[in-house]
Amino acid sequence: MTQENSGDLVMTHVYKIEAGNFTIAGEAASNIKKLLRQLGIDANIIRRASIAAYEAEMNMVIHSVGGHLEIEITGGEIVLKAYDNGPGIEDVELAMEEGYSTATDSTRELGFGAGMGLPNIKRCSDQFHIQSEMGQGTYLEAKFVL
Amino acid sequence: MKIRTVKELLDARLIVGEDFLDQEVLSGCGSDLMSDVLAFVKEQTVLLTGLNNPQVIRTAEVLDVSAIVFVRGKTPSPEVIEMAIERDIVLLSTDDTLFEACGKLYQGGLRGG
Repeated sequence: MTQENSGDLVMTHVYKIEAGNFTIAGEAASNIKKLLRQLGIDANIIRRASIAAYEAEMNMVIHSVGGHLEIEITGGEIVLKAYDNGPGIEDVELAMEEGYSTATDSTRELGFGAGMGLPNIKRCSDQFHIQSEMGQGTYLEAKFVL
Repeated sequence: MKIRTVKELLDARLIVGEDFLDQEVLSGCGSDLMSDVLAFVKEQTVLLTGLNNPQVIRTAEVLDVSAIVFVRGKTPSPEVIEMAIERDIVLLSTDDTLFEACGKLYQGGLRGG
């Protein structure tokens, strides 16, 4: 039996994100951007998805013990998923507020940790979901309608 | 405004990107906070900053920033310059402070976008 629907999975790419490695931080987002360009996706969507991917990647480099960034491209949408192995966000609602940050001074010296990351991912995406459990990790999903 | 004009107004030194000096920038942004840059910058922007780490280039790449001006006479490391070459991003360096450099470009007609 064959099934046809416009939401058929086209491709999935998974990138491993290393905690604390600022030299390669952003490489996954850079590869995602290249991939979306190769697929001929609309420039505005590429831009929003790339910003979200970069913010999510930096979040994991800065705050987590490491995780993965995944991009799923179907006929109708791009789904960006970021999942890490902890430590988790204590108060997700607070983390979503612009300007709230738990980043250290050394992170701020690199130009990050202004508390704009999560709100910016939400702003860039068409659908946004985040859940976090202390001691377990954080799962973030951002969707972009094609 | 052409990137070439940005260079002239700031009396800036070209680090890389000679081939792209005739590209147009539509707006400017001055910040050392890449978090803010990521939240507010539009495309075809010139970014003025005192930061010179790889994250500046990554941020520029994600946002389609065409040119970066390092203020206060800063020069990035060879690795950072190499990253800019790979991404066709113009790098300039001026002795002006961030405030002065932004002021000169604004006076020259460039806006925040």
